[in-house]
Amino acid sequence: MMNSTIQTNIARLQIMKAKVLAALRKGENYELKTELNSEYKERRKEAVRRVIANMTVGKDVSSLFTDVLKNMHTDDLEIKKLIYLYLINYAKTQPDLVILAINTFVKDAEDTNPLIRALAIRTMGCLHVQEVLDYLCDPLHKCLKDTNPYVRKTAVMCVAKVYDLSVDVAEDNGFVESVREALSDSNSMVVSNAVSALVEMNDMSRHHDVWRLEANTVGKLLTAINECIEWGQIAILETLVDYTPRDEKEAENICERLLPRLQHANGSVVLTTVRLLLKYEKHVHRADLLAQFSKKMVPPLITLLSSDPEIQYVALRNINIILQRHPKLLSKEIRVFFCRYNDPIYVKYEKLDVLVRICSERNTEPLLNELKEYAKEVDMDFVSRAVQAISRLAIRYETAAENAIKVLLELLETRANHIVQSCMVALQDILRRYPRRFDSLVDGLCEYVDDVNEPEARAALIWILGEYSESVSNISNILTSFLESFLEEEDSGVQLALINAAVKFFLKSPQQGQTLVLKALQTATEKCANPDVRDRAYIYWRLLSADPNAARAVALAEKPAIELENVDLSPQLLEELVNELGCVSSVLQKPARLFVYSLAEKAGVPRDSGISAMGLDDADSVAAGAGDAAGSSSAGIDASNEGEPELLISF
Amino acid sequence: MISAVFIYNQKGEVLISRLYRHDVKRSVADVFRVHVISSPTSVVRSPVTTLGSTSFFHIRYDNLWLCAVTKNNSSAALVFEFLYRLLGLGVSYFGRFDEEAVKNNFVLIYELLDEVLDFGYPQNIEVDTLKLYVTTESVRSKNVVEAPLPQSITMQATGATTWRRNDIAYKKNEAFVDVIESVNLILSAKGTVLRADVQGQIVMRSFLSGMPECKFGLNDKLVLERDSATAAARGLSALTPVAPRGLGSRAGGMGGVGDGESVEIADCQFHQCVRLGRFDTDRTISFIPPDGEFELMRYRTTENVNLPFKVLPVVREMGKTLVEYEVLIKSNFSSKLSATNMVVSIPTPPNATKCRIKVSGVGKAKYHPEENAIVWRISRFQGLQETSLTAVVDLAPMAKPVPWSRPPIALDFQVLMFTASGLLVRFLKVFEKSNYQSVKWVRYMTKAGSYEIRI
Repeated sequence: MMNSTIQTNIARLQIMKAKVLAALRKGENYELKTELNSEYKERRKEAVRRVIANMTVGKDVSSLFTDVLKNMHTDDLEIKKLIYLYLINYAKTQPDLVILAINTFVKDAEDTNPLIRALAIRTMGCLHVQEVLDYLCDPLHKCLKDTNPYVRKTAVMCVAKVYDLSVDVAEDNGFVESVREALSDSNSMVVSNAVSALVEMNDMSRHHDVWRLEANTVGKLLTAINECIEWGQIAILETLVDYTPRDEKEAENICERLLPRLQHANGSVVLTTVRLLLKYEKHVHRADLLAQFSKKMVPPLITLLSSDPEIQYVALRNINIILQRHPKLLSKEIRVFFCRYNDPIYVKYEKLDVLVRICSERNTEPLLNELKEYAKEVDMDFVSRAVQAISRLAIRYETAAENAIKVLLELLETRANHIVQSCMVALQDILRRYPRRFDSLVDGLCEYVDDVNEPEARAALIWILGEYSESVSNISNILTSFLESFLEEEDSGVQLALINAAVKFFLKSPQQGQTLVLKALQTATEKCANPDVRDRAYIYWRLLSADPNAARAVALAEKPAIELENVDLSPQLLEELVNELGCVSSVLQKPARLFVYSLAEKAGVPRDSGISAMGLDDADSVAAGAGDAAGSSSAGIDASNEGEPELLISF
Repeated sequence: MISAVFIYNQKGEVLISRLYRHDVKRSVADVFRVHVISSPTSVVRSPVTTLGSTSFFHIRYDNLWLCAVTKNNSSAALVFEFLYRLLGLGVSYFGRFDEEAVKNNFVLIYELLDEVLDFGYPQNIEVDTLKLYVTTESVRSKNVVEAPLPQSITMQATGATTWRRNDIAYKKNEAFVDVIESVNLILSAKGTVLRADVQGQIVMRSFLSGMPECKFGLNDKLVLERDSATAAARGLSALTPVAPRGLGSRAGGMGGVGDGESVEIADCQFHQCVRLGRFDTDRTISFIPPDGEFELMRYRTTENVNLPFKVLPVVREMGKTLVEYEVLIKSNFSSKLSATNMVVSIPTPPNATKCRIKVSGVGKAKYHPEENAIVWRISRFQGLQETSLTAVVDLAPMAKPVPWSRPPIALDFQVLMFTASGLLVRFLKVFEKSNYQSVKWVRYMTKAGSYEIRI
């Protein structure tokens, strides 16, 4: 009884609340409506401001369209700009009402103040409404020929917007032609905007025939570049990427004229110049010139590492690509990549990768000491990457192995949980790379039997014990204690490693190992639920009982030399990324056609392969993007970490 | 090209949203908030987040997130350079650029955003030019008297020298040059220099009339070597010094700045007013400066860095309950100079409970548990001096001992009239049609960049 009263009361309250909220919501727009129609200028101005404020936070103020528009005809530039902003947001939802605004636009486009002329033409282009196009053509014609460069540079950009909306309107009215002519404008900003507009339209067009960069234009642009502001320089430089020089002489000439750009304070100008030099150096054959390019490229690239961290990150991702083209480019500069304690973690990861990449046999020692420092830091992921880097160095350079082992043993002594895990895996790799060279240290590793609690690390330790059973004093006890928890083991990799180790131990010292191997095989075959583990145990068992010598040949066979996993990009991808240096694709290190929708369609990549139209609601794409950015370059030696692949190969 | 720019507050509420192209909707602002700002992993693993075909670029400043969105394979470096320039605009316009400033000035910010990007392509982002026509209320009223004609504004916004008006006049023509160096160091626990370099910045404040042509000279090794070679060729003594005429007296007689030595500049960048072509051919720095303050050049040196401080730390972990510190600092510059605002931050383990600190020499040190550090402040530290600190830190026992990561000791300081690189301004020549006399001043300062001493 009481419950139902309460419930009805709650329901009533909720309805009331909804009503009040609705009234409030309606109320605000209603109030704004009155204010927008107020007779006082200041109140109308304040009302327009509030409309924009509401729009910013995502409230729907589209119902005020006509009321806002009434205020459009004003001398107050601030109000005008705000209303234009409102129009840009809502024009698409109310295309038929936009016509009401046209008169003011057309009038503004003929204002005596060039700022207002430009503002009108810029905003009309942004409305993105077909209905406006007809009214836009006349003013646009005039503005393209305006005496004021500020108006012209805005008009040129507006043509690209028109083209986006209707190719026919843009071409039939000769707008595209006007932009081509603007390339010869006396003002450098008009020129660079014309370049951007042409490239944009060319990309949008179906046959990409809007514009092709001709040799005589190249000369003009290279002259204009000296006068351009930084953004204009970038626009011109990016255009040059798609140009193929006619002969060697031209390539040399272009490169020499580009070299001064490397001294620009804007990192993007620098990276785009590097990109052009790398692209054009194919056409240059003079060794002295090529050497000069490389020499001039290095200092600016390193200077990028002292810019803001995000730009550092972009630079480092790109340096990683450049180094694959020119491996020796930065080999003298290893110290500038040493991490600072306060570097953001994404910068540290990239520096680590570059360090390992450029390290030569001569400077392994300072780098190993450096890596030891990194391995003591707080971020666990960074620690494991640093330890992994140690083993990579040891595997690559034989002379570094001993030092690397020393560093790893020192790190083990810290007994920090995550360090021990990574070190054990690293040690396994190094021991595997240099068999029988470091026997003496194995006994010491038994100390850490209780510390290895991650499966991968445990499998690594068990592998080491099996491989070097003769050097371990109480091997029998250790393996037995591992065996006791065999069935609780969740990871089959560890179980397989344990079986292998038991078999090896038995083959090496049959007397001591017999009970152990029997127990291991028995447990595995009778009680283990994992079929792979069971099968492996059966195979060993039969092999051992049928022909111990054959078993010996299999289990104790000489292992193929372990090799570093190739972390380089494929030559084709490298080529693609060098051409897109500095771009998003170079940061993600995957080609643009995989994530840019328009390019994907062109390349014939089916839409389902990771690209959805908006592509934003599925969690998978997060992993593909953010994860990859940091993850794809992680240097791993996965192949060698999976228990004992060599046994599987032997079968 | 940039499709949209958003500014968020700390919580991820949208303060500013401006779309430039029709390939994104306003709702992408929410996508970034969900995936990045309110993402459960607190550490940002990359400043670029690509979701499907949409890439989000962000930087953080104060309590703000500045985010740019692209839908194509744009230049990532360009987008970040743009965001930082936008940030610079905000700071320059509002003094502080934070949530409050954005909320109070959103109208102005929208005006700026309309001006700096067109269809996603960056346009003119020079603060000085923008301030001529995108103005705050207060600036506007002040400018009424001498508001420049729109014609001249647009000429400047697009002209060959976008950075300068041609009608500037001063009664007294002056130029101030500040050489500001940040010295970076990583010193290993054993005392070897792992990395030392200097990042320098030459900031100029010019109050010069008309369209002055400036030539600027440094003790750049390449230039000096060339000059002496040509001098020798002409039969002159190779050692004839070029008289640094006109430079302010404050620059003279400083003990700290290298005398007559030349500096090997590893790399330098210039403000866009400097003619890069000229520099590339004969290393001449020539330009028409903007009016007022601007960064003329940035440079980097890596050879022969004069480290202003030597730090000799001894840090001993005595068992699991005590850490002992002995830190000795020596200043390594002329005794006529002194460092100011020096802060030495000596890290302590997170489980430290109590510190007994003793300073012999200058400064006061205090344990700051919230920073896990002993902070040692020295308001004034003369050249060729030493000071030392000893401390004993008690540790609380831990249930599960985690080894201490031993972060480096960090130094912060500034030393006036000292350059760690040894760089020296040799001359600044000003030529103008009207041939006026101008007065020039030079100041030098070295401050700590990231000055880390591992322990």
